[in-house]
Amino acid sequence: MAAPEAGAKKVRGVIYVNATRCKGCGYCIAFCPPKVLAFSAELNRAGYHPPHLINPDGCTGCDLCGLYCPDFAIYGVMLKTNSQPAKAEAEAQT
Amino acid sequence: MKADPAGVLTGTHFLDGDQACAEGALAAGCRFAAGYPITPSTEIVERFAQRAPLVGGMFIQMEDELASSIAILGAAWGGAKAFTVTSGPGFSLMMEHIGFAAMTETPCVIVNVQRGGPSTGLPTLPGQGDMMQARWGSHGDYQVIALAPNSPQECFDLTVAAFNLSEQYRVPVLLMMDECVGHMTERVVIPPTDKIDIVPRRYTRKPPGEYLPFRANGDGVPEMVRAGDGYRFHVTGMTHDEHGYPAVSVEAQHRLVMRLVEKIRGAADTMARAEEVETADADVIVVAYGITSRVALHAVQLARRRGVRAGLFRPQVVWPFPETRLRELARRARAFVVAELNRGQVALEVERLAAGRAPTVLLPHSGGAVHHPEEILDAILAAAPVAEVAR
Amino acid sequence: MSTLPEVLAPNPVEEFLRSHRMPHIWCPGCGIGTTVNCFARALLKSELDLDKVAIVSGIGCSGRVAGYLDLDSFHTTHGRAIPFATGLKLARPELTVVVYSGDGDLAGIGGNHLIHAARRNIDLKIICINNFTYGMTGGQVGPTTPVSAMSTTTPYGCFELPFNLPFLAESSGAVYVARWTVYHVRQLAHAMGEVLRKKGFSFLEIISPCPTLYQRRNRLGDGLEALKYYKEASVVRHGAPTKEVGINYQGPIVVGKFVDIERPTFLDLMNQQLGRTLEAQYAGCGGEDARS
Repeated sequence: MAAPEAGAKKVRGVIYVNATRCKGCGYCIAFCPPKVLAFSAELNRAGYHPPHLINPDGCTGCDLCGLYCPDFAIYGVMLKTNSQPAKAEAEAQT
Repeated sequence: MKADPAGVLTGTHFLDGDQACAEGALAAGCRFAAGYPITPSTEIVERFAQRAPLVGGMFIQMEDELASSIAILGAAWGGAKAFTVTSGPGFSLMMEHIGFAAMTETPCVIVNVQRGGPSTGLPTLPGQGDMMQARWGSHGDYQVIALAPNSPQECFDLTVAAFNLSEQYRVPVLLMMDECVGHMTERVVIPPTDKIDIVPRRYTRKPPGEYLPFRANGDGVPEMVRAGDGYRFHVTGMTHDEHGYPAVSVEAQHRLVMRLVEKIRGAADTMARAEEVETADADVIVVAYGITSRVALHAVQLARRRGVRAGLFRPQVVWPFPETRLRELARRARAFVVAELNRGQVALEVERLAAGRAPTVLLPHSGGAVHHPEEILDAILAAAPVAEVAR
Repeated sequence: MSTLPEVLAPNPVEEFLRSHRMPHIWCPGCGIGTTVNCFARALLKSELDLDKVAIVSGIGCSGRVAGYLDLDSFHTTHGRAIPFATGLKLARPELTVVVYSGDGDLAGIGGNHLIHAARRNIDLKIICINNFTYGMTGGQVGPTTPVSAMSTTTPYGCFELPFNLPFLAESSGAVYVARWTVYHVRQLAHAMGEVLRKKGFSFLEIISPCPTLYQRRNRLGDGLEALKYYKEASVVRHGAPTKEVGINYQGPIVVGKFVDIERPTFLDLMNQQLGRTLEAQYAGCGGEDARS
């Protein structure tokens, strides 16, 4: 959803959200260690607010969000330290 | 396909019905049994427990009939031919899993050596009071196959037939013995291996991805599969689609239930098996099965000696009931006499199918013993056209 | 809705799911999905041949797990997953057979089968989701409902003492007994890995929230509130005597691995006994391929 930013900041992790599956339980948000997730303003077709990164630079790619998610709607991927500087947040519509 | 020689005790034996049943299971290729002791069926699994480990099989005594009746289904999905045995009270406990087996189209055999009922009833004495339960005992609409042997020899033969039918139609098959047949000892001839026809499990040859566990072939029967072969299939007792996934809709229900019912009902004529004695010209036809048929045969013979054209119709496949043949017989016969060790169960089918063309006389018996031949003879004479009876 | 930037890596659990059946039926915040997530990761790490892993469920919300995993799966009758799994395992011993079901299914209607399979040490991996209620049918009291909790069939509060499942499992003969909560995702995935590798009757209890019924009817908040309670109330005590790990209403939850012993399995014992008695005549354990 967010446009890629040009910049030299290193991003350590990225998340992918399957908005259709999300049921807005809040686990990923509550248990994200760097607290970089929050409910988005978007509504999926079931009426839930999927999460989004509010501080993409802070994501470590630890995938704790992925581990907690009861709906397989989110997962995190750790980026190699010398990967592209742009951050990416993907929403896959099924 | 011929039987696996390891399980076939070829020869002439002196066995009771229970023992012959166990031998039939082994000859049919059954290598897994789970059961719970209950008179008068226990000897079947006792023999199986002794014989099976010698031929690559096993018996596990489960904690109850609920466990036994589903352990055999698990074993079936693991690739084994499997059976369990019981009597009335255990049969009642197994009802849910008979329905589950029918719904999931799991091949298996369940033996009920019937005794006096209801409830604990007469554990060591015969009855035939579970015949309608065999047809309707589980909830919902479904069809199973039920066989009724009348001798230890038939306990062997029809057990083999039961396994074959279960594989042919991917359906649970009930073997409805009774305590007399189970505990009587007679000559049982077990043929050589190459004389025993076995229906092997109809495993699919389609690759994973193409195979659907509940899509029927032309005969309404889906191909089978087993766990561990890479098919990643799903089995559920819920109404399901061809993939096996739950499908909770009126359409899915109709499609599935109709197929499960027609799979058996449509093949009733093909699988029909009955013994007929002098029915071709019979005015009075006695309908009997299991031990009662032995008494009935004697009564029919007595009647013939008295000049009455009597005959015996003995269904060996009781469910699906041989409707076509019964209707045919009803066109010619003047009366049916139904003798069974219950207050009238198969008699209801006979009456329904006779459709008023010939009266159905019921000779009920509450169980615990068999009819006297004279009782059946008297009923035949009473039902016969007056001119025939030699006074 | 938005452009799809390059996906760097797929969801690691996706290959274990029947993705075309997502989203699943479990409620928002239901812990069952989280346990399945952990299970998928345990499977991934275990390097087991997935063709040889079978999953058997009973009836209930937890019973739906079988339908969502891409394995040979069986959704059986209420309470009877364990005997079904017993037959499956004995017919094809090379399978890893996992029973995934709920507290009511395994310890209520299925209680008898649980204790006997443990006694026999059938090589089954039992994953018991304990949400203190019968969820699928609307929140009735169950064999693990804590005293004083509300349920639809104990509208004035439950007054029966619940089972202490680890105690029950251990005393019945289970060789591996552990409990975690849905909060403890990493420990859970690790324990599931241990369970998959363990030979013998293994029992893993997972305390999990039922937000729609147990939580809501008892005014305990949603799933997240439950996980916060689990976090606060959990005490890790590996090796604790299982007699001491009963759970009171909103009380402390002892978690950890309580039992991990070695004992011959049912098949080991059968083969030993029959081998010894029958010697050369013993043809080996049962359940030949029905191809014959």
